[in-house]
Amino acid sequence: MTTLTGGTRTGGASGPATVGHHAGRRKNRWFAQVGWRHLVGLLGVLFSLFPLVFVISAALNPLGTLSSTALVPTGGVSFGNFSELFARTGFAHWFLNSLLIAGGASFASVFLSALAAYAFSRMRFRGRRVGLLSLLLIQMFPQFLAIVAIFLIFGTITDLWPAIGFNTPWGLLLLYMGGALGVNTWLMKGFFDTLPRELDESATMDGASHAQVFFKIMLPLVAPILAVTGLLAFINTINEFLMASVFLTDTDAKTLAVGMRTMLQGAERNTNFGIFAAGTLLTAIPTVLVFQFLQRFIVSGLTSGAVKG
Amino acid sequence: MSTPLSGPGPLQQTPGRGPAGTGSPRSSRTARNHAPITAAGLAAKVILLGLVAGIAIWAAFPLVEAGMWVGLAVLVASTAALFYLYLGRRHVPAKYLVPGTLFLIAFQIVPVLYTASTAFTNFGDGHRGSKDDAVVAIQSSSVKQVPGSAQYPLSVATKGDPATGPLVFLITDPKTEKVSVGDAEGLRPLDPGAATVAPGGKVTAADGYTVLNFGQASARSKDITDLVVPTAGGALRSSGLSRAYEGKAVRAYDPGCDCVRDSDSGKTWTADEEVGAFVAADGDRLAQGWKVNVGLSNFTRVLTDERISGPFLSTLIWNFAFAIGSTGGTFILGMLIALALHSPRVRGTNIYRVLLILPYAMPSFAMLLVWRDMFNTDFGLINNMFGLDVDWFGQAWSARAAVILVQLWLGYPYMFLVATGALQAIPRELTEATSVDGASPWQSFKAVTLPLLLVALSPLLISSFAFNFNNFNAIYLTTEGAPFPADNPSNGATDLLITYTYRLAFGGQAAQFGFAAAISLFIFAIVAVVSAVSFRRTRQQEEVYS
Repeated sequence: MTTLTGGTRTGGASGPATVGHHAGRRKNRWFAQVGWRHLVGLLGVLFSLFPLVFVISAALNPLGTLSSTALVPTGGVSFGNFSELFARTGFAHWFLNSLLIAGGASFASVFLSALAAYAFSRMRFRGRRVGLLSLLLIQMFPQFLAIVAIFLIFGTITDLWPAIGFNTPWGLLLLYMGGALGVNTWLMKGFFDTLPRELDESATMDGASHAQVFFKIMLPLVAPILAVTGLLAFINTINEFLMASVFLTDTDAKTLAVGMRTMLQGAERNTNFGIFAAGTLLTAIPTVLVFQFLQRFIVSGLTSGAVKG
Repeated sequence: MSTPLSGPGPLQQTPGRGPAGTGSPRSSRTARNHAPITAAGLAAKVILLGLVAGIAIWAAFPLVEAGMWVGLAVLVASTAALFYLYLGRRHVPAKYLVPGTLFLIAFQIVPVLYTASTAFTNFGDGHRGSKDDAVVAIQSSSVKQVPGSAQYPLSVATKGDPATGPLVFLITDPKTEKVSVGDAEGLRPLDPGAATVAPGGKVTAADGYTVLNFGQASARSKDITDLVVPTAGGALRSSGLSRAYEGKAVRAYDPGCDCVRDSDSGKTWTADEEVGAFVAADGDRLAQGWKVNVGLSNFTRVLTDERISGPFLSTLIWNFAFAIGSTGGTFILGMLIALALHSPRVRGTNIYRVLLILPYAMPSFAMLLVWRDMFNTDFGLINNMFGLDVDWFGQAWSARAAVILVQLWLGYPYMFLVATGALQAIPRELTEATSVDGASPWQSFKAVTLPLLLVALSPLLISSFAFNFNNFNAIYLTTEGAPFPADNPSNGATDLLITYTYRLAFGGQAAQFGFAAAISLFIFAIVAVVSAVSFRRTRQQEEVYS
């Protein structure tokens, strides 16, 4: 937009100007049209990056304390924090627990909401409108607000079925799946609605069952939104702290969020900072990889889902 | 493949009707009923239903053992319903909706209803069990050693981990040499062959139990002192780590007056069914009470008790400020950067984008803890870098500013991302047209770009608001609610309602499950009203009725 107006305006004014003025003006013009954009972008990048630089510096700091860490590593570089992380804490356990729980919960919840979204998008049945509305309502009630009741209910479950009770990944997985429908179904239904109905109708005419239509025709076509909701669910579950902290109290059963917090508690807060930073970097690796891989889906998926409700 | 012949008929009918018309599902259902049963589909059905049956049987045994017949009935009924649903050919939409709905009911709707019922009780520490439990607890905790109390050699053991497992007492009767095992439930005789008894009567090993050695036992000496084993004449308590005595209960329950009487001082505490505790005439209340229905008192306490209503109101206001500040701040910052980079003449936008969204890809729980330490007064990065000496989390306003700044950092990449997406969806011709008409960039932004952005992003803004309204991690992992006023250690300046609730229920002080549940219901109500009003204002409603 600025290209057009900027060009005509300055073009009209710069007629009688001298050559020296010309160069200065051109610089000003460049700044008014492009330069300030780079400036804003750079400031944003600085704001984004400085805590990350701090974390990297802390992870490589051989002393490994908070008080000795600066923005730029000064006391040399070492990977001692990483080896100490595995030697002194249950990090490996926590990492596997988190991957299992977050991976399992996001996969299952995406599948469950894809099933529901298919029904809401393609079928007309009694109670459909009520069902959609109540999903919207339930979505407003975060599950963890009922944490007191969940704690009491799982107290009974632990007595009856210890295999899915406290301190097990399975119980927490089941719990996370309770919130599966509300979060993603609307987003997915919006995406399902954009696919032409003729596709699955003609398959039905050719004798495909509804299950074949769902698995062989719909699922491949909605892959982008599956990727986006799956990634969002994965990130949310990795970061979930409240329910996991009530649920997992044994050292080996903890997730990263619950376990890593214990590293920075009490008197060890200063001394453990280096290994904590090392753990933070390791935790980020799977997410960053998947994130870079899915980036284009995320922009289009989020906005299309958002616009179409 | 018998359907292609009949296929064209209904297919020609459908185009005339809308895509949401009632005709197409009916016609497709007839087609479906002719659909052949494939081997793969059949196998999947058999395996999945077999799995369901297996899980149901596995789950049934403990229910039978515990005699929970209502639970068993629910289990049998839901399993039967699942079989009926997936073996039949009807109710196709239900086949897709039931799996998620089952989890939704079990782990979201039932807990919410249970929360609602807990909010009307005094459930919590000191009010956990029934009145009988409370009486047993009062009697056994008042056990005192009196002259002539019987003494027993004691070993402490556990069935689990020596450092954390539940403890039991192993004692030997000096006269009969019989070994018994005791816990808070009472004393049970142990099979004579199952235990190894050293000379002097001390048990050194017992089948199924790990006997704690001296080091392990002294590490848990507080647990051992607290363990009281009720017996017929009073209760067993430890004296030291290797002796136990059977003492007499000083306080006894008298069913006649429905009261507890202390035989030493003669004082009596009468049962008060309203508050679920034994209360003396001078207002003294025994610590062990029982669970009773207290009606609306948890709710009225929030509004009328001055020690709670004042902090509650300020927490509520700060909670709104925090949610609005986090959502609005991230939106404005993210949108500004998106606008700045939204120009074909800016090169390297992809690099900018990758670097800008890095915070979003980092694990937020860890970065919150890092930010907490960057605000450290003594050696935090913020104070060091700017040469400041601010006690960030020590003062209400700096702590609030710090928390919002952290949210800004964590949240703006997301807003930048979606604003970029939304900007790309706005046709460039629109803004070009305004500038041809002589509008300044600011005017065209205000009149065209911003409204279109808001239309696209308002559902996201609302859900972001709802998320931040209950952003537990943001507060709990940074300030933990600090700073706290000197006279009130339970409600800090940066506390959100959700962290306040968590502290009431699981914090260091006595758990108040009932009261915490009541606050949860308040939050439910607030979030529901705010979301409902804002959803009504956006165009969401049209989508719902489509």
